[in-house]
Amino acid sequence: MAAPRASLRLVAPVWNGGTSGIRGLSRAVDPEGSQRKGRALLQFLADRFYDVEAVRGYLLQKQVLKVLQKNRFQDKEWMRPNGRGLSGELWKLREVPVEAVDASGCAINYQGLDNLLALRELQSLSLRCCPHVDDWCLGRLHQLADSLRELSLAGCPRISERGLACLHHLRNLRRLDISDLPAVSNPGLTQILVEEMLPDCEVLGADRAQSLKLGPEEQPRDTASSPIPA
Amino acid sequence: MLRGALRFGLGPGLLGRRLGTHRGGSTLGKAEGSGGCRGSGVSPVSSHVTFRTRGPGPRWEDSGSLGAGDWDGKVSEIKKKIQSILPGGAWSPLCDTSHLPPEHSDVVIVGGGVVGLSVAYWLKRLEKQQGAIRVLVVERDHTYSQASTVLSVGGIRQQFSLPENIQLSLFSVEFLRNINEYLAVVDDPPLDLQFNPSGYLFLASEEGATIMENNVKVQRQEGAKVCLMSPEQLRKKFPWINTEGVALASYGLENEGWFDPWCLLQGLRRKVQSMGVLFCHGEVTRFVSSSNHMETASGEKVTLKRIHEVHVKVDHSQEYQPVECAIVVNAAGAWSGRIAELAGIGKGPPGTLQGTKLPVEPRKRYVYLWHCPQGPGLEAPLVADPSGAYFRREGLGNNYLGGCSPSEEEEPDPGNLEVDHDFFQEKVWPHLAWRVPAFEALKVRRAWAGYYDYNTFDQNGVVGPHPLVVNMYFAAGFSGHGLQQAPAVGRAVAEVMLEGRFQTINLSPFLFSRFYLGEKAQERCII
Repeated sequence: MAAPRASLRLVAPVWNGGTSGIRGLSRAVDPEGSQRKGRALLQFLADRFYDVEAVRGYLLQKQVLKVLQKNRFQDKEWMRPNGRGLSGELWKLREVPVEAVDASGCAINYQGLDNLLALRELQSLSLRCCPHVDDWCLGRLHQLADSLRELSLAGCPRISERGLACLHHLRNLRRLDISDLPAVSNPGLTQILVEEMLPDCEVLGADRAQSLKLGPEEQPRDTASSPIPA
Repeated sequence: MLRGALRFGLGPGLLGRRLGTHRGGSTLGKAEGSGGCRGSGVSPVSSHVTFRTRGPGPRWEDSGSLGAGDWDGKVSEIKKKIQSILPGGAWSPLCDTSHLPPEHSDVVIVGGGVVGLSVAYWLKRLEKQQGAIRVLVVERDHTYSQASTVLSVGGIRQQFSLPENIQLSLFSVEFLRNINEYLAVVDDPPLDLQFNPSGYLFLASEEGATIMENNVKVQRQEGAKVCLMSPEQLRKKFPWINTEGVALASYGLENEGWFDPWCLLQGLRRKVQSMGVLFCHGEVTRFVSSSNHMETASGEKVTLKRIHEVHVKVDHSQEYQPVECAIVVNAAGAWSGRIAELAGIGKGPPGTLQGTKLPVEPRKRYVYLWHCPQGPGLEAPLVADPSGAYFRREGLGNNYLGGCSPSEEEEPDPGNLEVDHDFFQEKVWPHLAWRVPAFEALKVRRAWAGYYDYNTFDQNGVVGPHPLVVNMYFAAGFSGHGLQQAPAVGRAVAEVMLEGRFQTINLSPFLFSRFYLGEKAQERCII
């Protein structure tokens, strides 16, 4: 193709402003974190009155809908970082096929993936630590099977081994990072099964992450085995 | 009074009341409950009253006949009665009826499985004003030990041939995907359905290949993501399949797989209780209805029935409670046929509309769980062989579960849920081992049996009102795909009840009248 191969690293915008929002959204889906005194009274009332429960249910729905609103792609809006930033450059480059997307920490969900799946030349996708990416989202990735070479799902709290099973559609995948997935029940076994499922792919799993934490000087040395004395 | 006018059909009911529970305070002195005004005339508002005043007080066997003889005996009896009324005695003016259903309910749903609870959920969600409709769900077995919902393999697919079935399944999958928005209960943890998005793989022989192609065309038109595969592509993708005899395969890419039905059931139950639906542990034994003889526009005589009361019998007891209701929903699964008979459906000369029974009966199906160390890996979908045998992966430990539908002649006796292990040896294993050679070495770990609420007419669900019993609505007869269609069917039935017609998905091919008119809504299968 004629246009230069600019590997656009499109980082999703406004993350500094958004992180507290994301944590707030995570709280909405994880009520165990809200064990405060005020909640105890509300819970007591909600258990006893249908009306209180209905009002609280309505507020909860509103919080959940915030995630949906963040995912609506309105032409350039999703790509726009804080201030003017890249928007001028972006307009010039809009003919260039997008090769890599780094959506780490993004509040992208099932509907939001529509935006990414339209990028048919996508080669590298990073969904590290996305709080709303779950097994259903992985089921959609088969549309990128022709081009996707690199995928990172490290640290996503909602992905389990059941979602990883549908990655076998991605036959061109060469690097897959599935380390640090808390919802996977048996990380070692899962990694073996995924390696069997994708024979051409290099799978980075939990053990690599742990060995990185150890640091180079503490790595077990393979020359450590001393010659046996005669 | 309006209620008095409704009482004319209650002849046998009056006698039946002698066995009944303690009635409201209105029966002071009057003969057995004409039941006009209950107690103080206060009708229960949101939650039903669990304590009622006792009626006639302690029994006076020889009330009034203080004739000659045995004066001392009578005095001692009177003394005993007075002692029982005083504090510390055995008689108390209040009796606990919390185990009984309420006396009135707008809608009574017979059957508390996934379909019944889905109807209850959508009724409460689509009602015009919060708390407008009082719904009662009657379930005979709170442990769900024989319910089809929890014994099911839990699969969901869009690979049907009828567009209505595909639409039902598409909506249900969207419901399951967003289950924590639909069924969110404040302060309760979110639901984890354990959905495996691995898809369904249907294999077709030469004869079935054209039907499969047409089916896939319809599925794609409705929006399902299905792809067709040739035997070479199949071998490349799933090397463990023996493609001999397979001409074509259809593979669901998205929104197909299997999940945990118990989780869905509990989620629905929890949400429905928080929305104010009442639950009752009991069995429906009788419907009390009234008949209206009318003439159609062309002069034909027709008898329309309307159910006024549902008698709910408490477990392990003769006690029953008549529940006055406006609408009855038959979601009793494998036992829907029996409930329909109780309502008088099918009692008439055969060949007429009155004589058309609900053709739903329980059929037993076996599911076997086996271990195979060299079996298919993580990518294995739910594979359905042309012979009718199917299997899917279960967990990460090389366990698989599957089964096979028996032919009509080999149907097992549905009287109990005992498993026939020889059926696996003779009918299931040979097909599995032929299709997946690795399955030649396997060991069966567990097996269970469950019921299909089998529609003997066309193996698809019955949804909507009955033409003659005007206030009974059906949601039954799904013949093995009830679980995957339950959320959408619940919404459809709620729409018919509240608006009078189907609004989102048009399920007119699934109405009861098709049994009388002979119009089969049958799936074109690829066997």
